[in-house]
Amino acid sequence: MLEQSYYDKADEIISQHGTEQRFLIPIIQDIQSYYRYLPPDLLSYVAKCLGINEAKAYSVATFYENFSFEAKGKYVIRVCDGTACHVRKSTAILDQIYKETGLGKGKHTTDDMLFTLETVSCLGACGLAPVLTVNDVVHAAMTPDKVHELFEELKGAEGQ
Amino acid sequence: MNIQNRKALTEKRIQAKEAMKRPSHRILVCAGTGCLAGGSAKIYDKFLELAAKEEGVEVEFGAEIAHTGIKRSGCHGFCEMGPLVRIEPSNFLYIKVKEEDCSEIFEESIRNDRPVERLLYEADGVKYETQEKIPFYAKQTRLVLKNCGHIDAENMDEYLAVGGYTALEKVLFEMTPEEVVDEISEANLRGRGGGGFQTGYKWKQVARQKETERYVVCNGDEGDPGAFMDRSVMEGDPHKMLEGMMIAGYAVGAKDGYIYVRAEYPLAINRLKLAIAQAEEAGLLGENILGTGFDFRIHINRGAGAFVCGEGSALTASIEGERGMPRTKPPRTVEQGLFAKPTVLNNVETYANVPMIINEGAAWYRSIGTEGSPGTKAFALTGSVKNTGLIEVPMGTTLRKIVYDIGGGVKNDVPFKAVQIGGPSGGCLVTSNLEVCLDFDSLKKLNAMIGSGGLVVMDQNTCMVEVARFFMNFTQNESCGKCVPCREGTKRMLDILEDIVAGKGTMESLKTLEELGEAITNTALCGLGKSAALPVLSTLRNFREEYLEHVQEKCCKTGNCQALQQYKIRPDLCKGCSKCARNCPVHAIDGKVKEPFVINQEICIKCGACLENCPFGAVVKES
Repeated sequence: MLEQSYYDKADEIISQHGTEQRFLIPIIQDIQSYYRYLPPDLLSYVAKCLGINEAKAYSVATFYENFSFEAKGKYVIRVCDGTACHVRKSTAILDQIYKETGLGKGKHTTDDMLFTLETVSCLGACGLAPVLTVNDVVHAAMTPDKVHELFEELKGAEGQ
Repeated sequence: MNIQNRKALTEKRIQAKEAMKRPSHRILVCAGTGCLAGGSAKIYDKFLELAAKEEGVEVEFGAEIAHTGIKRSGCHGFCEMGPLVRIEPSNFLYIKVKEEDCSEIFEESIRNDRPVERLLYEADGVKYETQEKIPFYAKQTRLVLKNCGHIDAENMDEYLAVGGYTALEKVLFEMTPEEVVDEISEANLRGRGGGGFQTGYKWKQVARQKETERYVVCNGDEGDPGAFMDRSVMEGDPHKMLEGMMIAGYAVGAKDGYIYVRAEYPLAINRLKLAIAQAEEAGLLGENILGTGFDFRIHINRGAGAFVCGEGSALTASIEGERGMPRTKPPRTVEQGLFAKPTVLNNVETYANVPMIINEGAAWYRSIGTEGSPGTKAFALTGSVKNTGLIEVPMGTTLRKIVYDIGGGVKNDVPFKAVQIGGPSGGCLVTSNLEVCLDFDSLKKLNAMIGSGGLVVMDQNTCMVEVARFFMNFTQNESCGKCVPCREGTKRMLDILEDIVAGKGTMESLKTLEELGEAITNTALCGLGKSAALPVLSTLRNFREEYLEHVQEKCCKTGNCQALQQYKIRPDLCKGCSKCARNCPVHAIDGKVKEPFVINQEICIKCGACLENCPFGAVVKES
């Protein structure tokens, strides 16, 4: 069971939208952006409030890549692997981040909950390839060295 | 500020025009996603700070005294040269501007009307003072993107001042809905989202449905990797697109419009929200618009990371709060679309074309582009090309003109190899296609498609087999899983391509790829599935010899396929320090200290650790 505050927050978000099924996605998007993930219990709760069954709500939430049932790190790093970035060697950027964080293909969030690593298919900043974003801030024309500097900075800000 | 009738709108527009003219100079700092990433927000702040110190200079929009207008504009399209700063009325364009350059720009260009030479764009020894003269811009025809970079993207008054909402005014007061539909049909505007379907025909079909509850939907789920035209329009000139949607609403008798924007475009979402709020406040959206009795509202839905939602029926399902999966058609979207009601569904660029067709007329529109595909098309030009960015050219422009004249040719002067057009649903165009005119019909003949308009240039160092694998990996990941051909077929095709790049492919693999590709194309449920195999089939056709090299000779001449590389130690350079052997994770390197070491190719996993660690550069990669 989650703390009561979670349900209060969910009520608040639901009241901003409405209780029709078409608001399911905007509601869980807002919940996710507030908590940085979608607590499964809250999804069940939202389903109940919207009068749709739990299975339906889960089928929707699991369909879209943006929803995560697991808590994400403080810094969500999204590496673009779109065509333009791929042609300009985004794989080397990804490898460097693996090195910096110890993350890999099966592990997306560091144990200290500092970094979450995701790859996305295109951030639409193709003119600046290869790019990545840290909490939605775009870092352009990346190189493995610039990735190293970026992590030094982020880790420095965390006093590590 | 509620504009209640036509007269009030005309007055408002005159005021906005005067206000826009009032500043002696305008500084337009690009605030598109690209330039913001380069630090343009700081540049904007710096200019504000500099202007504030200036006596007799005000930065407020609409101030009565002589002043400098400092604006955050939309994307100029020349993203690689960002952050960009444009000065008006001299039209100087400064590239790669840094915060510390601001005082010099202010001193030289604002006070003395002189350009700052070192910040100008330079190519082949020529410096270009004004934006209009730079070949990248001079050779384009910017109609849809006309305002992008030239007006404040967050200020509706500037849009009004440059003639915004005149088309809405015209349709509401001078045209019947039928006339609007006829004008769009007459212009032969074709959908810019990929298919090239006639927009006017779509509207006509919706308008004649019995059901009176209808919707207008805008597809802003620009998911093709390597494409960002729609993002730039939404960020740089959001009102233009809203105006197009309102006109569509009037033409088909809809009261509500929905914009579906992908979540990866947070700035576009914010600018659209702001634009909608401004239009609502001004009374251009809402009830009884300009006193004509026309009601229209626009809502925004954020995508949640599913590429397939770019497909019409998947998109409407997603707005309804369902899984974004395509359904079988008929019924078509025009009959039963959003909430099972008749729906007009067009993409961002298509709607952005509508106001100018209404303003200038269908005949004028047809004078641009080709007979079968009138108008212009915006392309995102990226990859191995000198000038990457967003461009707009008349339909029917040759590929050569785009890559060489506008794009400046291939980066680092490496020989040209191909252009991938239309993203994961498209195909590739090769050297022999350079003279091909880019329009819907010519490309169809070549089994390629314009798609949403991504053009990724590839040079001789790109491995086409790897590119095919890359696209298949993308489509396979994004397959929604509803129909078997796409779900299973893309998986099998990806497996085969992975085998080929790993050196495990056979001649049989190529045959199976072709068979599977054809089967998927013929039997998949939706447009995305039907086109999923195109990149593979297209590369198989155009670059068969490269596939054969991978399969028969087990080599990749471009050196892209890691598994087909061999790491070797050059005996003449090796000093026998043993560092490589100590760093090898699989103990594949052996030798005596002070004598040349050797890599056992049977054990080597090609990780490259030896190459990175060799202090003498004795380890080499061979393909």
